[in-house]
Amino acid sequence: MMQTALELFWEFFKIGLFAVGGGPATLPFLMELTKVKPWYTMEQLTNMIAISESTPGPLGLNMSTYAGFQALGLFGGLVSSFGLVLPSVIIIILIARFLDNFSQNPYVKAAFYGVRPAVTALIAAAVLGLCRVSLFVERNGNLTPAVGSVIIAVVVFGLLQVKRLKKFHPALWFLVGAVIGIVFRL
Amino acid sequence: MNDMKMLWQLYWAFLRIGGLTFGGGLTMLPMLKYELVEKKNWITEEELVDCYAIGQCTPGIIAVNTATFVGYKKKGVAGGIFSTLGMVTPSLVIITLVAACLENFMDNVWLQHALMGVRGIVCALMLNTVITLARKSLVDGFCCVMCGIVLLICLLTDIPTILIVVVSAICGIIWGKIREAKL
Repeated sequence: MMQTALELFWEFFKIGLFAVGGGPATLPFLMELTKVKPWYTMEQLTNMIAISESTPGPLGLNMSTYAGFQALGLFGGLVSSFGLVLPSVIIIILIARFLDNFSQNPYVKAAFYGVRPAVTALIAAAVLGLCRVSLFVERNGNLTPAVGSVIIAVVVFGLLQVKRLKKFHPALWFLVGAVIGIVFRL
Repeated sequence: MNDMKMLWQLYWAFLRIGGLTFGGGLTMLPMLKYELVEKKNWITEEELVDCYAIGQCTPGIIAVNTATFVGYKKKGVAGGIFSTLGMVTPSLVIITLVAACLENFMDNVWLQHALMGVRGIVCALMLNTVITLARKSLVDGFCCVMCGIVLLICLLTDIPTILIVVVSAICGIIWGKIREAKL
């Protein structure tokens, strides 16, 4: 158990150190973890996102706490969220103490100019992977689309492009999805 | 004694902010403004915008970065730590409770149907997030090329995410130098 706790701490420390751009930027890292650690599966990650978006608190912090919980229960959640925020605390305190005008520094600006589009691509790739796992099921070695989920995804994605519906809270959408899932027995 | 009181005030303020906002990041700004600027008068609105700018261009969760920064400005290292703990507490409690409940009912057929429906929604919302991000971050040719190359790398290879972040930062700096030399 101690071994797992240390691994959890280290993995989430790295995420806290390299996830630039807040909540969604943790997704590619959380996905990478499903390949190398036995803590949670891609399907579980989909549920983790839904829960994290419909509960209060920062998205990245919620997802990381959930991931830690999957690995090691309450203690795991504590360890992973501690690991995630520790780099932030150290970096911010150093910046606040020693670097004035950090966000105006030309090198920082240039680095972020490069990182931002890269992070967008990382998140896009992660989301595509997520859709593949969520919307397709493996049957006899073949990927077949889960028709119900695909229809929901396409219709809701279309609805989200309407300005007025954009304001709806994610939790509301999840509720709609859950009701449809139960009614049509997806 | 007064110091301790201030630290607890920081803790509670950020606990309220963390426990009452959904999503984090940008959605948190109005709540931060209400708690820190209007109610407590701890910082000015300009300072908050500054904190926010720094929170966005440092690694880690933006809300946590902002909490640490405000806490540090008010009460040094201890202030930063107390503010962050306040921000973390609601997530820890709520997620643990929800996760523990959900795990107990995982075998329930109705829950499984519901989660299948929720999956479609997660995909739609996340795709929408990607589009919003792309609109905001792909502002010129360099960004589009950068994004395209990284997307291809991600889809075709297994290069670690950390390496991609570091290399893209270096690319940004080199590109800045090239542009400077041209001018």
